[in-house]
Amino acid sequence: MFALLSYLFAGALFGGGLILSGMVNPNRVIAFLDITGDWDPSLALVMVGAIAVFGLGRFATRALEKPLAAPAFATPAEETIDRRLILGSALFGVGWGIAGFCPGPALVSIVTFDGKVLAFAAAMIMTIAATRSWDERRRTRAN
Amino acid sequence: MTFLASPWAPLVGGALIGLSALMLFNIHGKIAGISGIVGRLFERAALDKSWRLVFLAGLLIPGIFIAALAPQAFAITPAPLSLAITAGVLVGFGTTIANGCTSGHGVCGIARLRKRSIVATLVFMTTGVISTFITHQLIGGF
Repeated sequence: MFALLSYLFAGALFGGGLILSGMVNPNRVIAFLDITGDWDPSLALVMVGAIAVFGLGRFATRALEKPLAAPAFATPAEETIDRRLILGSALFGVGWGIAGFCPGPALVSIVTFDGKVLAFAAAMIMTIAATRSWDERRRTRAN
Repeated sequence: MTFLASPWAPLVGGALIGLSALMLFNIHGKIAGISGIVGRLFERAALDKSWRLVFLAGLLIPGIFIAALAPQAFAITPAPLSLAITAGVLVGFGTTIANGCTSGHGVCGIARLRKRSIVATLVFMTTGVISTFITHQLIGGF
């Protein structure tokens, strides 16, 4: 029960942070990326705040040998810088610049029930689902 | 709304995101990457789906209140419907094959000084700037 509540609370903190930060406003995201136009650099502070708290928090708790409620910390699945990482990140950036939404803010914005937000989120989720299962089948065949 | 327009709002909002990521990592050993949390829901082999659903439910809770009390915090994408759908497909496909988005790579990965995440973030920031320039400066008008 504690575990589930902590996930719910962490999710709510994350969602609240996205709203407060302005990341759920695609016009501001586009203004942040629009460095040749009427540039609004303020959203860079979202990354500064998040990295500072996570980074300093991890530094302060570096003596922790394992998570409080789990056997081990997640270890990254991959370490190599490959074509998938570059191509995937490049395509993600293109989509982000077009609509002004990255995954978290798009999900949070579903609550507005706006048609275009729902269309973006549905297209994103369906593509994630299709790509994940295609990838999973491909990996199973390779093993 | 004046606070929302000040630089404090992005900074404090970012800090809340960092705190959420710190909780997930220090309590559960998990990385707060939204695209990955959603993505694993669709893998047949993934067994740990309940926490993902609970986290995502939590993610939506503040929005339900804010949408009712201060709907101006949200905004509609300026992209027309067809482009919004195209962008959704690009974001979904791209973050899945790159194994991360703004949160997993941009926040957690960079804070842990992972080379992969630093490269990913530089790449999506660069193409984000280029695509914004093309769609909203060159074509624009929507």
